[in-house]
Amino acid sequence: MKRVSKVLMVLFLAMAVFLTGCSGDSGQEGAQDVKAGFIYVGPTGDGGWSYAHEMARQYVVEQLGIETLYKESVEEGPDVENVMKDMIDQGANIIFATSFGYMDYMEKMSLEYPEVKFMHCSGYKMTENMGNYFGRIYEPRYLSGMVAGLKTESNVIGYVAAFDIPEVVRGINAFALGVQAVNPDAVVKVRWTNTWYDPAREYEAARALLDEGADVIAQHQDTAGPQQAAQERGVWSIGYHSDMSEAAPDAYMTAPVWNFGPYYVEQIQKVIDGTWAPESYWGSMEDGIVALAPLTENAPEGAQAVIDEAQAKIKSGELKVFAGPIKDQEGNVRVAEGELMTDDELLSFDWFVQGVEGKINK
Amino acid sequence: MLYRIEKRSDISKEKSIGIRALAILLALITSGAFIFLLKLNPIDVYLSMLDGAFGSPYRIRETIITAIPLLITSLGLAIAFKMQFWNIGGEGQILMGAFFASFIALNYPDIPKPILLTLMMIAGILGGGLWALIPAFFKAQWGTNETIVTLMLNYIALKWITFLQYGPWRDPDALGFPKVPNFSPNAILPKVFGVHIGWIIALILVVLVYIFMKHSKKGYEIAVLGESENTARYAGINIKKTILVSIFLSGSIAGLAGMIQASAVSKTLAVSVSGGMGFTAIITTWLAALNPIFILVSSILFAALIRSGSFIQTAFGIPSAAASIIQAMILFFFLGSHFFIKYRITRKTSAKIAQGGE
Repeated sequence: MKRVSKVLMVLFLAMAVFLTGCSGDSGQEGAQDVKAGFIYVGPTGDGGWSYAHEMARQYVVEQLGIETLYKESVEEGPDVENVMKDMIDQGANIIFATSFGYMDYMEKMSLEYPEVKFMHCSGYKMTENMGNYFGRIYEPRYLSGMVAGLKTESNVIGYVAAFDIPEVVRGINAFALGVQAVNPDAVVKVRWTNTWYDPAREYEAARALLDEGADVIAQHQDTAGPQQAAQERGVWSIGYHSDMSEAAPDAYMTAPVWNFGPYYVEQIQKVIDGTWAPESYWGSMEDGIVALAPLTENAPEGAQAVIDEAQAKIKSGELKVFAGPIKDQEGNVRVAEGELMTDDELLSFDWFVQGVEGKINK
Repeated sequence: MLYRIEKRSDISKEKSIGIRALAILLALITSGAFIFLLKLNPIDVYLSMLDGAFGSPYRIRETIITAIPLLITSLGLAIAFKMQFWNIGGEGQILMGAFFASFIALNYPDIPKPILLTLMMIAGILGGGLWALIPAFFKAQWGTNETIVTLMLNYIALKWITFLQYGPWRDPDALGFPKVPNFSPNAILPKVFGVHIGWIIALILVVLVYIFMKHSKKGYEIAVLGESENTARYAGINIKKTILVSIFLSGSIAGLAGMIQASAVSKTLAVSVSGGMGFTAIITTWLAALNPIFILVSSILFAALIRSGSFIQTAFGIPSAAASIIQAMILFFFLGSHFFIKYRITRKTSAKIAQGGE
């Protein structure tokens, strides 16, 4: 009998919460009523991508004092729908899903829950209540390529990459163009891991590249596995997502990094003010959502000056990463002198620039 | 001093309830200590777990949706276990069922819904059944160890699905992201009372498996064969045929679970279709002592445990690994209590050893 009454009590409480939740839900929402949910593809302790988002979530809590929910290690599959439903069930009214593979599921949920706001990171789909956001990480990536190009002696740079989707391809190309800007003889060798988060596999891929003669390892992965592989061989590395100097202090030189905090605060503030509308945001270095982490002492001499100059030009718009002439792997001119690649072209990038050794599955 | 484990000849009802209650208490205390380490209030977390599994109509529905594949797969495993055939291959059978069903769903997306779904079910049943028939045939023909073979076949099935996802079945519209295209609306199971129709299929299966095991000739033969192969042979039971038929049934039920998950939950083919249910079902089947009615209960309770573990992650912001530890501790003590209900530990003094002449 006691157990029954306990269950009833819980049910009653849940109902009460549910009902009060409903009554406060009329148009404008005060800060107390706004609850933000964050979905991460890896554990928050990955030291990379999910960590960067988790830092941003904590920044949100600090700045706005609102309640947040988060769930880590959510697979890029149908299960993410349940995670979103659970968050909505627990009162979330804006959800940030922070991996590409969540896109279709989020689109579906956005149609099912028109009163909830959805934000998808790194995708391109939009609905009435779903926007997407990302940063032009290729800008700092280009700069990190310059650092790698100045550093390499073997003129072979290894690049451990997740999936052959446009986002990753674009990053590799920007990196290679950065390398070539300072060292036209260097090549960038690519290894696919087909995973965002798998420390062991990323590490193995980096080792394979090192075996092929690479003396700088760069990565588009969520963990510091490749950094550690570089450190073990006594060579150099470029991180990604967050400052990875702790993981490989003797190898790490710099990394293109994310700073989502201010953007999240801005978006949630709009929800609180009732002015939120879906947008497709692609922030630049000038906006501050992406940056190049400070160079460590492993970075080559003179790199700082080169980077400072290029960085200023990128911020001012004088230097465009994907400005012609750009040749593809076969040597055909794909972007003519004086031309610029459009955002649409960047978002569907499916070919490598000259100097990249690797293959895209089409 | 020596300790020995001996089988209890029988146990009073009070005592067995007492052991269970003690186990649950110990589980709550131990995981409570762990929760305390996370700087949370254990009572809050436990109440929240209850709330997360049953606290609202939505949560109850989600718990039922989680229970469905567990229940169906468990029913399949129960048939194999009754024959003392250790089918650890539920995972692979679910995946192959899902694969066969997906083949139909992806190639014939436009045929009318009732026909398409029926075809998918038949395909799912065949997929799981045929996959299970491999170890059954080896066992019947050459007496191979079915535990190893079924276990290994899981990984083959898993890698096969991964291969399809990255290779021949990759969605051309996903911009290179490795996923199989979504099913057409015709290939998705309808809902009844907000939960996909799998729950009705599961309940029907409970009844069918119950009748099959308790009241059919084949069910009886399986039980006899499970007890003793010699007795079965003496009674004139065709051993090979019984193994093949019962394991086909076992696998086909798991395959049906795969079809249901692919159609109603994933709405496509993915490695996550099985979601570890093939392994978890081993636990629910054992907890229920192979009885279909009890399997219904154990599956729902286990689903509640899974859902509540997921709930406290978001509710308290605890890491997924910590939530798994809490789930595992509760399960550990609960399974442990079964051991102490069946066995007891006695202390042998030297005098007793002398008496016993060991």
